[in-house]
This record gives sequence, C-alpha cells and structure tokens, in this order.
Amino acid sequence: MKKLIDAVDDVVLDALRGMAAAHPSLRVDLDERIIARADAPRPGKVGLVSGGGSGHEPLHGGFVGYGMLDAACPGEVFTSPVPDQILAATNAVSGGAGVVHIIKNYTGDVLNFQMAAELAGDDDIEVVPVMIDDDVAVQDSTFTAGRRGTGATLFAEKTAGALAEAGGSLSEVAAVATEVNERTRSFGVALTACTVPAAGRPTFDLGEDEIELGIGIHGEPGRERTRLRTASEIVDVALSAIDDDMPLSGSEVLVMVNGMGGTPLMELYAAYAAVADWLSGHGATVGRRLVGNYVTSLDMAGCMISVCRLTPRLAELWDAPVETPGLRWGR
Amino acid sequence: MDAREWIERFAELVEAEADHLTRLDAAIGDGDHGTNLNRGLRAAMASLHADLPPGKVLTTAGRALISKTGGASGPLYGTALRRAGKALGDTPEVGAGELATALRAALEGVRELGRAEEGDKTMIDALAPAVAAYAATAAEGMPAAVRAALDAAEKGAEATIPLQARKGRASYLGARSVGHLDPGAASTVLLFRALADVTPAGA
Repeated sequence: MKKLIDAVDDVVLDALRGMAAAHPSLRVDLDERIIARADAPRPGKVGLVSGGGSGHEPLHGGFVGYGMLDAACPGEVFTSPVPDQILAATNAVSGGAGVVHIIKNYTGDVLNFQMAAELAGDDDIEVVPVMIDDDVAVQDSTFTAGRRGTGATLFAEKTAGALAEAGGSLSEVAAVATEVNERTRSFGVALTACTVPAAGRPTFDLGEDEIELGIGIHGEPGRERTRLRTASEIVDVALSAIDDDMPLSGSEVLVMVNGMGGTPLMELYAAYAAVADWLSGHGATVGRRLVGNYVTSLDMAGCMISVCRLTPRLAELWDAPVETPGLRWGR
Repeated sequence: MDAREWIERFAELVEAEADHLTRLDAAIGDGDHGTNLNRGLRAAMASLHADLPPGKVLTTAGRALISKTGGASGPLYGTALRRAGKALGDTPEVGAGELATALRAALEGVRELGRAEEGDKTMIDALAPAVAAYAATAAEGMPAAVRAALDAAEKGAEATIPLQARKGRASYLGARSVGHLDPGAASTVLLFRALADVTPAGA
C-alpha cells in the first residue's frame, strides 16, 4: 500500500487538522470530531447536519459553509460516525429552529443517527431525519437493506442548505431534501477497487480488463462484474439503468458526473460528453451540471452518474449562493 | 459468571481475530468489522471502573460500544450488552437462570434494532441458536449451558456460508454473498467463546 499518510490510525484526525488549517471559515473540533461553520449556531436558522464515514471527501466536511451544511461529522474510514459525535454536531448548530439530519441509507449510518436523534430529543432539540437512497443499482429493496445513498446526498445538502439559509422552516427544509432524493437516481461504475488504509489492500480484486457495475461508495463490490467497455458504453449502461427506473424524456435535469477519487478529470469530461449526447438523444434537457470529484471512495477509479429531475424551484435553490471548500459560486 | 472477565476475554479474542474478521468483511462488506469492534471494545474496557455489579458492567460496556465503535456493529453489540445488563439489574451474583434472561434480552435488543430474522445472514444467525441452546440446557448448570451455546453459535455461523444476505451491506451483493461466512456471526461466536473461556467447569 502506497499512501500519503503519517500513520494509519491517525489518518482521519490528521485530515481534520488539515481542514482546520486550510479553511479558517470552518470550526473544526478535533476532540468531538466535528466540522462546523464558524458562525454556528445562528439563532432562528434551521441547522443542517450530515455525516458518514471518511474517505468520501469533499463529502461531507467539504460542504460545510454558507448555503449548505452547518456541520458534518466524519467517522473513521467508511465507518459511520458515532452517536456522541452526531449529537455534538447537532448541539453545535442548533439555533432553536430544529435540525435536519441528512443520512445516507447504510445500516451503520441509519442506526447511529437514530440513536443520536433519540439523545438530541432528550436535550429538547427537534430533529428531522431525511434518508437518502438514490442508487438504482440496488434493485430488490425487499431482500436488501434498501437502496444506498450516493450522489443525491450532495444535491440534497445544496438545495436544503439554500432553503435553510433563506429562512425555510424545519419541515420545509426537510421536505426539499426529501423531494430532491425522490427526484434523483444514481448509478456507479468502478474500474479499480479502493484501498482502506487500515486494511492495507484493495477491498476487492478486479482483473486488468474487468469493471464492476453498480457499486456503492464504500469500496463494496457492485451488482455485476463485466469486461472493460468504452466510456460511451459505460455511460449508456448507467443512464439506461437510471432511465428504466425514472424516465428522463421531457425533463430538465441536473446531472453530475462524479469521479470516485482515482479518475483523471480528463476522463470525467470525456464521460460527460457521452452523458450530454445520451441525454439529448433521449429527449432530456440538461439544465444544470457538475463534473468532478465530489462523492468519492478513496482512491477508487471510476465514476458515478446522478440525475435529478429539476423543478423551477429546485433550479433556483441549486443556483443560490454557496461558499464551502468543495462547492462555491454566486457569492 | 464474572461479567468483567467475560467482556475482557471478548476484547482479547476480538483483538486476536481482528484481521480475520476484517478479511471476512472485505469479502462481502466494506472491510472494517475487526478494526471497528476492536476499537469499540478497547473503549468499553477503559470505561469499566472497579467494583461494578455484573449488570452495570454490561450496561457501561454497552454504552461505550455504542459511543465509540461506529458502523452497525457498535449499536448492535452495544444494545445487546445494555439490554443484557438491564435484565440483570442490581443482582450481585449471576447464576444460570439470570444469564438465560440476560441473553434473551440481548437477542431481543438486536432483533428490534437490526430488524433481521434468522436466515438473513447476520449476527442473528449465530446469536439466536446460541441463546436457544443456552435456555434449553440451563437446567444442567452454567458450564454445560455455556458450552451448548458456543456449539450452537459455531454451527449457526457456519450455516451462514451458503446463505444469501438480506440485511446489511452484504445484501447489495445479492447472490454473490453466497459462499462467505458472515463477519457479524463470526464475531458473535467469539462472544460465546469468551463466555465459555471464563466459565469454570465446576461453576
């Protein structure tokens, strides 16, 4: 394993120290392991908290700031944060108007956030959880833990964050995050597995000419292994899976071509060209787009495509000013 | 039964088997089960100060597991220990009957939180038969019952190999989860091995 780290056990903490040093607009609490806006809590504003395992950067800590999250709680690598941490983040951003938890649907995240919400209730903070489960690769929700939360997490954090910034109420902010999740589908493809520092070896073995279709974002294998294909063919597999689940024809969409951490931007743009062609060929209009590494899986090569069917209001919330380490415009 | 010795031995076994558990998890999950549980149990040991009654030992260790482990295993094992501890109450001595009640409470807690059934390829597949075997043998005394529970846990864990996962991260693999031992069932075996290790034959 070759990694730019000092010590395997300290990698998450060292990354947090780096975030603190690099971004004075954030307040990083190394003991509680939370990243919060320096101006939190803001009286009367709905707080927005998310969190999950580390290794997905810039998600979630890189999306803390004006117009997006109020706080993030990073767990160990690919491991959900613990309830004490989530509770500390909730307390840190509670301005009296309640707090929305944005939770990716993974068993560990769900259980830990559930326990934290119970504890927050003891402290008289009203918490509304919003579950993100946009991954169409999981087909049979009856016999699995349900669809996973992936790219829609960023869309929900951005739009709900904009509404909270504009003075939206607790139920309105939660509703917009829920709406975005319902209107978004994602599909991911891995060209390589990733290496969790503590494990020291790739989480699965992929041959030189093999790819894994329908991956999640935690280095877990996907739904099918197949031979390597061209970018255009891979994009067709991903968008067809999304379109089968949520027909895109006639819609204006927000689309993200998201790198998993180990894929050059050049290749992501090549994939985006194929995405733009595919969508226009299938009667969809690209209203907004994002290309880059936003919801990553350590050093995994590959990409995830997320498509959200926009409404005029969602487009407006997407366009609203945002100023975070990972996403910034309009301000 | 000495609750502190039990948790201490569980922590030792998990530390010794951490790499193995992590490898099992990498095959069908995300490769962190051994690392996480090891970290959580170290925190649980650190939380135990001297002279706590057995029930309090388990609730304290359970709270620390929930607070410090992360992942699904923290809340699940933490809840198991907390429920077991609550069932013991303030009793100073844990006999075969008290332990049966505590184990049943632990199983109920894990079922409620994880919403898994037997056959879903989870820790329940080791825990449920172990608790049942203990209850069925409890009249013969704790050493025999603990031994029966361990045997049942081992058989239950082994039986997860041909199963297709329906809960947790392994469920995303569908049919590809078949042929692998469930890591949560494997660590549950260690919980019962620890119990057997600290239960003297004549107790």
